[in-house]
Amino acid sequence: MELSYTPEQDQFRDEVRSWIAESMPATMKKHAEDGANFEHTEVMEWHKILYAKGWAAPGWPEEVGGTGWDVSQRAIFQEECVRANAPSLSPFGLSMVGPLIIQYGNEEQKKRFLPAILAGEEIWCQGYSEPNAGSDLANLQLRAESDGDDYILNGQKTWTTYAQYADWIFVLCRTSAEGKKQEGISFLLADIHNTDGIDVKPFLTTGGTLAFSETWFKDARVPKANRVGPENGGWSMAKALLGHERTGIGGITESERGLTQVKKNAQRTAVGNSTLFDDPTFRARIARKQMRLRAIEIFNLRALAAAQVGHAPGAESSVLKIVGTELQQEVTELSMDALGQNAMGWLDSPEEALPSHQQAIASQFNYLRAATIYGGSNEIQKNIISKHLLRLPSA
Amino acid sequence: MNFDLTEEQQMIMDQTAKFVAQETPVSRFRKLRETERGWEPEMWARMAEQGWLGIAIPEAQGGFGGSFVDLAIILEQLGRGLVPEPFIASVVLAGGILSDQADEKQCEAYLTPMMEGQTSLAFAYSETQSRYNLSDCLTRAEKVGDGWKISGEKVWVLNGHAADQIIVAARTGGDQLDESGLSLFVVDGDAQGLECIRVPGMDGQRTAVLRFTDVEVSADRLLGREGDAFATIEKAVDRGAAAACAEGLGQVRELFERTVAYLKEREQFGVPIGSFQALQHIASDMYAEMELCNSASILASIQADHPDSEIRKAEISAAKLQLSDGGWFIQKNAIQLFGGIGVTDEQDEGLFFKRLRVLNGLFGDADWHVSRFQSLKAFEAVV
Ligand SMILES: Cc1cc2nc3c(=O)[nH]c(=O)nc-3n(C[C@H](O)[C@H](O)[C@H](O)COP(=O)(O)OP(=O)(O)OC[C@H]3O[C@@H](n4cnc5c(N)ncnc54)[C@H](O)[C@@H]3O)c2cc1C
Repeated sequence: MELSYTPEQDQFRDEVRSWIAESMPATMKKHAEDGANFEHTEVMEWHKILYAKGWAAPGWPEEVGGTGWDVSQRAIFQEECVRANAPSLSPFGLSMVGPLIIQYGNEEQKKRFLPAILAGEEIWCQGYSEPNAGSDLANLQLRAESDGDDYILNGQKTWTTYAQYADWIFVLCRTSAEGKKQEGISFLLADIHNTDGIDVKPFLTTGGTLAFSETWFKDARVPKANRVGPENGGWSMAKALLGHERTGIGGITESERGLTQVKKNAQRTAVGNSTLFDDPTFRARIARKQMRLRAIEIFNLRALAAAQVGHAPGAESSVLKIVGTELQQEVTELSMDALGQNAMGWLDSPEEALPSHQQAIASQFNYLRAATIYGGSNEIQKNIISKHLLRLPSA
Repeated sequence: MNFDLTEEQQMIMDQTAKFVAQETPVSRFRKLRETERGWEPEMWARMAEQGWLGIAIPEAQGGFGGSFVDLAIILEQLGRGLVPEPFIASVVLAGGILSDQADEKQCEAYLTPMMEGQTSLAFAYSETQSRYNLSDCLTRAEKVGDGWKISGEKVWVLNGHAADQIIVAARTGGDQLDESGLSLFVVDGDAQGLECIRVPGMDGQRTAVLRFTDVEVSADRLLGREGDAFATIEKAVDRGAAAACAEGLGQVRELFERTVAYLKEREQFGVPIGSFQALQHIASDMYAEMELCNSASILASIQADHPDSEIRKAEISAAKLQLSDGGWFIQKNAIQLFGGIGVTDEQDEGLFFKRLRVLNGLFGDADWHVSRFQSLKAFEAVV
């Protein structure tokens, strides 16, 4: 066991660091300084910069455009991105449907979809949840009826994150009402803009932003060629995908950033003749979170290392999702506490009351209550751990 | 010892509950949060008609001679409806200060019209650098002729954007952090040299940044003795904290009740989610915290006007900590148990969540109260 880096790895780190410093546009650097709340357009701009360098998808196999890095290099790359406060790329293409297509897609699908995902030319969103299929995902009702070479889709998805920016949506739909619920589900890829009958309606979150949408399907035609895997075989693939989603969903990067932001804010906050960062109580609270994060980081690296030698992410991704998102929320709580009375402010509070670098904190704090809900709620993760890992008897 | 409400108090509670449910439910607040003022003078006048604005003011000053417990009863119901009228700013903070410190003429001029619902008030004490330190004050009042000239800036002034009169804390002596040398003045909302920047807040209510540039007031605008206002400010803010405990209890109850109802109604896996033991346990813990928040609000309302400031401070701080911690437990779990819809703006739970978080940070947050508690006799006394 070894945690320190070799001289080659240190050199790799230097290379990554200086490349990021050279490659991030000035306005992006300014936003990175100001709390790293990036517009969608900036995220895509960064995606394209990384793509040009060949670094957009470190986790993909080399044949399809990955970097061929080992776990250490990937960790180093990740650490340097966090250090620079670079935008986090949208996970739906690169970390979700991309790996799924790599694993289960046919050659044509790989050729058609992977290059555009990698290049950031086509943006994806995830259509799993429905009003009556949240935790009980297998209860989904979006109907896909066979009609020659197509499926005709009718029904509704909801909570579709960033559907308003997306070109494509991957959906779970019902292709059969027979047998167990899980057995009649297929995995389809739908072109949002070029399919009649797909309607995206964004709505407000408690964070005051339009982060998710209702996505409606009315006689929407999707070619059968866009089905990944066998008909009625979508469930097991979807579950495999959730495993991928959960590792990224622990929010480790965001927690690291958040802690840096809390410290900066605390340093800028005067308390009497010193600053909040010198307040022993508050300092200790920050320190505790940073220390816990360290344990979570190592846990994450262990999971990554295991994945590299071929172990599919299993119940450990559930653990990571729970501890990671809880910490992520606690960091936003700390950010709010650092604000003192400024925590009363909101996105539209004027600069005289709330300095611009504090403007988005309350919004994020509110929105991130979702972190323990999305990607399979933390209660569901606990069910998975107790059932599949601990094999506890059911009631 | 007796924790029962009097017959009269029970009546106040029932009437307030009915009034809020019928006249100012959450849907009304939803509309008002889009408006500039954020609340309505007509409703304020109706609240005066109900007798709420002067309920805890002594009869000698034209009030109803009630206690802080009466205020708390009303505030809890206002909290349930997220009623945006400036009850805490005007009645609890400014009203309390005037009742304590104003002479007869000042009472007539500022307190009486407020109790009648014709005017509203504000209390401006926080500054950008002060955080929760009540003696940290850079705003100064200089003597000019018979009167005073005030300069400085106050932030997060509740109802500062709409108040007819503002009670402002200003330094007439001493240095930035000194407890002595603080004085209170009544300034008109439209005074020359007073700039008001309206500040929309997380909870959909409005506060203000108030900039005083050589604002002149006459000698009769000084409240109480010059340079001697620190204890009054402390007391007012403690009353604010007690009010936060009471209003917050309203939101705590709403969140709790709505969550339990949802657990019975929402089905997943073919059963109500309330049948999952993991969620039943969370709901039970929420119930426990709600009862503690209720107890804390009772404690705060009984002790808010305690003559011994050491006792008052200790009790208020204990109560406010419970609202912060217990309230937080309830609000975060309420959102969690609602799942995805819990983080949509169209559900009311998010509105209660936000208001409760604002109350949590007003009048001393948890860290500040814990720190203050440690400096009091109640904590130092080991036996
Ligand atoms: C911000 C946000 C973004 C999202 N983005 C997407 C997206 O892009 N694509 C997509 O498809 N979906 C998305 N989702 C949906 C998300 O996956 C669901 O919200 C989640 O699965 C929970 O479902 P639900 O909201 O219906 O809650 P419910 O399933 O109704 O759950 C309500 C509560 O009951 C608990 N519960 C349910 N079943 C059990 C059980 N068996 N045991 C114990 N507790 C239980 C839950 O943990 C929760 O606390 C998003 C959600 C949010 C909030």
